[in-house]
Amino acid sequence: MGKRVLLIEDEPNIIEAIRFILSREGWRVDTHSDGTTAFDRVTAVRPDIVILDVMLPGRSGFDILRDIRADAGLNGLPVLMLTAKGQVKDREMAERVGASRFMAKPFSNTEVLASVRELTGA
Amino acid sequence: MIAFDLLVAICLLYVALLFGVAFLADRRAAAGRGGWLRSPLIYTLSLSVYCTAWTFYGAVGYAARSGLEFVTIYLGPTLIFIGWWWTLRKLVRIGRTQRITSIADLISSRYGKSNALGVIVTLIAVVGVTPYIALQLQSVTLSFAVFAPSGAGPWALTDLNSTALTVAGGLALFTILFGTRNLDANERHHGVVIAIAVEAVVKLIALLAVGVFVVWGLAGGVSAMIERIEASPLAGMPIQPGRWIGLTFLAAAAILTLPRMFQVLVVENENERHLATASWAFPAYLCLMSLFVVPIAVVGLAEMPAGANPDLFVLTLPLAHGHDGLAALAFLGGFSSATSMVIVASIALSTMVSNHIVMPLFLSLTRTSAPMSGDVRMLVLRARRFSIGGVLLLGYLYYRMSGGSEALAAIGLISFAGIAQVLPALVGGIMWRGATRLGALAGLTLGFGLWAYTLLLPSFGGGAVMGPALLAEGPWGISWLRPQGLFGLDGLDPLVHALVVSMAANVLGFVTVSLMTFPDPIERIQAAQFVNVFDHSSAGPGWRQGGAEAEDLLLMAQRIMGADEAQALFRRSAADQGKQGFLPDITPDFLQRLERALAGSVGAATAHAMVGQIVGRSAVSVEDLMRVADETAQMMEYSSQLEAKSEELARTARQLREANEKLTELSVQKDAFLSQISHELRTPMTSIRAFSEILMGADGMRPEDMGRYSRIIHEESLRLTRLLDDLLDLSVLENGQVSLNLQEVTLADLIDRAVAATGSLQGGLTIRRDAAAERVRLMTDGDRLSQVFINLISNAHKYCDAEGPELTIRVRAARGAVAVDFVDNGSGIPERSQAIIFEKFSRLTDPRKAGGAGLGLAICREIMGRLGGSIVYLPGQGGAAFRVSLPQVRAEAA
Repeated sequence: MGKRVLLIEDEPNIIEAIRFILSREGWRVDTHSDGTTAFDRVTAVRPDIVILDVMLPGRSGFDILRDIRADAGLNGLPVLMLTAKGQVKDREMAERVGASRFMAKPFSNTEVLASVRELTGA
Repeated sequence: MIAFDLLVAICLLYVALLFGVAFLADRRAAAGRGGWLRSPLIYTLSLSVYCTAWTFYGAVGYAARSGLEFVTIYLGPTLIFIGWWWTLRKLVRIGRTQRITSIADLISSRYGKSNALGVIVTLIAVVGVTPYIALQLQSVTLSFAVFAPSGAGPWALTDLNSTALTVAGGLALFTILFGTRNLDANERHHGVVIAIAVEAVVKLIALLAVGVFVVWGLAGGVSAMIERIEASPLAGMPIQPGRWIGLTFLAAAAILTLPRMFQVLVVENENERHLATASWAFPAYLCLMSLFVVPIAVVGLAEMPAGANPDLFVLTLPLAHGHDGLAALAFLGGFSSATSMVIVASIALSTMVSNHIVMPLFLSLTRTSAPMSGDVRMLVLRARRFSIGGVLLLGYLYYRMSGGSEALAAIGLISFAGIAQVLPALVGGIMWRGATRLGALAGLTLGFGLWAYTLLLPSFGGGAVMGPALLAEGPWGISWLRPQGLFGLDGLDPLVHALVVSMAANVLGFVTVSLMTFPDPIERIQAAQFVNVFDHSSAGPGWRQGGAEAEDLLLMAQRIMGADEAQALFRRSAADQGKQGFLPDITPDFLQRLERALAGSVGAATAHAMVGQIVGRSAVSVEDLMRVADETAQMMEYSSQLEAKSEELARTARQLREANEKLTELSVQKDAFLSQISHELRTPMTSIRAFSEILMGADGMRPEDMGRYSRIIHEESLRLTRLLDDLLDLSVLENGQVSLNLQEVTLADLIDRAVAATGSLQGGLTIRRDAAAERVRLMTDGDRLSQVFINLISNAHKYCDAEGPELTIRVRAARGAVAVDFVDNGSGIPERSQAIIFEKFSRLTDPRKAGGAGLGLAICREIMGRLGGSIVYLPGQGGAAFRVSLPQVRAEAA
């Protein structure tokens, strides 16, 4: 265990919930709330998995994901995308940009945990 | 004899009454009430400002000296009002369509908005009218002196001077108070006009009362009176045809060109139809005024001691027979005649001086800096106030200089002759399209110069300005240049001589130079507009689409016309173009309309220059020239029809385009909203679901964590409720199902409530208020209105991006409506977004910062609609600014 999750999300209550769920299972959870600096944080922290919200202040989650996929050093980094909009075109967009998995809010806690485990092979 | 102190007291009471009347009339007019203020009767009475102290006292003196000649002074205006009614109507129509502020403005505007002409006419008017004002001051002081105890009492000559100074000061105060309340000369001075009308009645009654007293009280009836007249020296006085024609012409010219007559006749005219009433009523008034002149003169000559001043018979006859009350009434009549003339003349002159001399100077001094920095409005008002003071001071100085000795009528005639020099340029300007600016310049300077040389300067007496030798032998001994015998025209009466010489030179110069010169394009367009004013009351020197920003123009217009007026004008123009909001397209039509509105405040030439400064182009375009070329009536007719049609098409197209743009934008917004509403609902639900799942498996969790998580669930469910409430509120408002709870409320209470409700928001927003202005009582739904205020204040909390955020709440109540402005000092809302902020679901910034679903302003708009008012965005205020407007329905009316 002891794997690292980087959670990029700006709603404080949702951050608190996900942090609680994952850290209870032994994950180290880093969080970041600003879209413009999120990519730098990914390269600095080098997490095992990124949980990425779509609607972020400053920059959209899709743009951040595009940068992650374009960076050779981050090859194979699993990214779990969350969105509160839940429309079909958002899901399509996520797939096109290269999300490893896409979940609509509100999510079930166990589902999040299961997805994170599955994507990291833990 | 009546006690002098009592007379002063009566006089002060009368002045106080006039102040009161003017004040009430202004109040009623401002409240939009008092239709009788604008009746033809008031208009006719205000025209009686023609009858000054000269007419009141002087006519009797005139009759005593020269027999029936005084009748000419009434004959001239009567001929004009009856025979030249059509010309008067034309003048009034031109004055209204071109928003003319004074006679100088009319001449300047007609001849291509030339300020040089404006300045010249202004100077002529000041030089010509100053003696006339002096004359009024003199007559008031002389009439005071009649009542003063004779001999060495407190009323020596120095006291006469101080009386004149007091009177001048009092008149300046009255004129400044009621004459410079509004900037726009086209906004009528209701208070002044009513005061003048009251004075007109007082002077008529006074003169009639003295006349009745003289005929029936002294002479013993009509037939006895007629016998006395036939026996009097008046009957034998010869009629000089030359002087009769000359004087009648002068008086006729005066009614058209005297600045004060132009003021009441054209500028203060409310309705062209009033002229129809005035055309018989004003001659009737003049007739009544002249009815008893001869009897009073005859009885005065017979009964008063040989040295008595016939100019004062109106006063001294009743006094000599111990009728103090009648004498006091006569005194008030004379006082009214003098004061009404001075008040109107100084308003007219001050408008000319400020518009044609002060403002152009100011504009040329500030041309290099940014357009219209500083408050032009205050400057214009101040210029006008100082001009009023200056005009009265000049009158007073002239009075002191001339020693107050001359016979009253002589000065009046000299003034008439000076001002009459404007006549050729005026009549030529509205009758003859070939008249040019240079022609007008030539005529005016020649005529005015000769008037000064042959009449004004010699009038000071040999030795004062012109030496006796010059008067007798001409300059350098050249006898045909003698001031009173030019070109060997000897044997003529000096006045007739001066009139013939100056008018002949004036007309000759005007016509010759006009024929020799070619008018420039603006001039030609203005000429067509003036001469054919009845054919086309629109069109004019057009503005082409310029680089001006509507917002810049609004900023400038606000400084000149005042914020309310300017905003109303812009809003109306935008509505006429089929647009909403305050910023119309900068079309040539709009610029022309704006220019005319500004001309009402600062004169045509200045307004043209100001708009030119912002639009960045004051030359005339090829299109303008083309328009001038198409001169025949049919072409005009045809093209105006075509223009009207294509304008209508353009308006429809613009409306369609805007509707289409709005629909497209709304559909995009609707999509965005669905995804927005989904986001707004799902975000709190996410927290609720996650934490409730956590709590469900909460074995061994710390109690404080459990408490905190339950609280989050609670808060997030409240957030959901709020959103649903907003949506429901809006839907109810939109469907008109809401019932209003009307009650009488005070605006201050509602704003207090709103400020308190938003007080818990973070961020140091300073709110500036004006407690006095907020003391407005309203009949409305207080809860709904404060909901609007809360929304606006919390928007300022959220979005004002200034270092030290401030929100100013301004309340203004006028004309039965209340406007509450919320203006912050942030960066405001960009113009392209101003049109959509009141639409549902529109939101300009990041949603999380807003903490709402973009429904606040949409709800505000719906509420205001239900309350019978409106909420709009006010551009050009520096920050974001909203105006909430409400009809002020009083409790008793509801």
